[in-house]
Amino acid sequence: MKIDRRRFAQGAAALTLGAAAGPVLAQDATQPPQWEQAVAKILNSAKPVQGGKLQFEIPEIAENGNTVPFTLSADSPMTATDYVKTIHVISTGNPQPGVVTFKFTPESGKAAASSRMRLGRTQDVIVIAEMSDGKFLMAKKNVKVTIGGCGG
Amino acid sequence: MQKPRVKLPDSAKPGEIIEIKTLISHVMETGQRRDQDGKVIPRMIINSFTAKFAGKEVFAAEIHPGMSANPYIAFYMRVPGPGEFEFTWVDDNGDKGVEKVKLNVVA
Repeated sequence: MKIDRRRFAQGAAALTLGAAAGPVLAQDATQPPQWEQAVAKILNSAKPVQGGKLQFEIPEIAENGNTVPFTLSADSPMTATDYVKTIHVISTGNPQPGVVTFKFTPESGKAAASSRMRLGRTQDVIVIAEMSDGKFLMAKKNVKVTIGGCGG
Repeated sequence: MQKPRVKLPDSAKPGEIIEIKTLISHVMETGQRRDQDGKVIPRMIINSFTAKFAGKEVFAAEIHPGMSANPYIAFYMRVPGPGEFEFTWVDDNGDKGVEKVKLNVVA
C-alpha cells in the first residue's frame, strides 16, 4: 500500500512537471497561488501596515539564486509588553513559498536577523512582521535572478 | 549532523545587545530536484533552529525549503548576565545538532 502510494505520487509529480514547467505545478486553477494562501494564513484577515518600520535588505539583482543574502529588522523597543513576535519570509516565485520564520522574544533585544535564501527565478519576496499587540507590518522587494536556485 | 560554527563577541557586558552568527553544513534538499533517473530526491532539510541562553529561549527559526544550503542565521540578544548558549538544529529525520558555547560576560 505504502509503496503503491509513493509510486503513484512520483508518477503524478513527473507528469505534472512534464506538462507545466514553472511554479504553478499541481495547482488547482480555482485556488489562489500558494504564496497568497501562505500570506492569508499569517495575516488571518488583519490589515498589514506597509513598509516604514520594517526594513528588508536584499540585492536587487541576484547572480546566483542558490544563495541570496538578506537582512531584516523591525523597529521595536523589544520590551516584555511591546515586541516583535515573528518575521516571516515568503517567496512568490519558488515552487514552495516558505523560506523561514524568525521567532523573537523580548530577550532578543533587537528584532533583526540575517540569512540566505534560494530564489528559483525573478520574483517578489514578501516579509511580514507580527507584533506582540497583534498588528502586522509588511514589506516587499523585487529581486532579479540571473541563475535560478531551485535545481531547475 | 556536522559540527556547527558559532561566532560570538569575545566579551559582552550585561545589558549589551550582541550579534550571534551561526552556520551549519547541510544539503537542505528541497524535495523538488530529480536524480539522473528522473526520480524525485526526497526532501531533507533542517526545519528548526533554537537558541537558548541560560536555559531560556531567546530566538528560534522555523525553516522551510526556500532556505539556502548550509543555513546561515545571524540574530541578536540583550545580554541578561553570565550564561551559556545552547543552539539546536533539527532536520527532517529528527537528527539533532547541539552546540553549547559559554558567553564571556564582563562587568
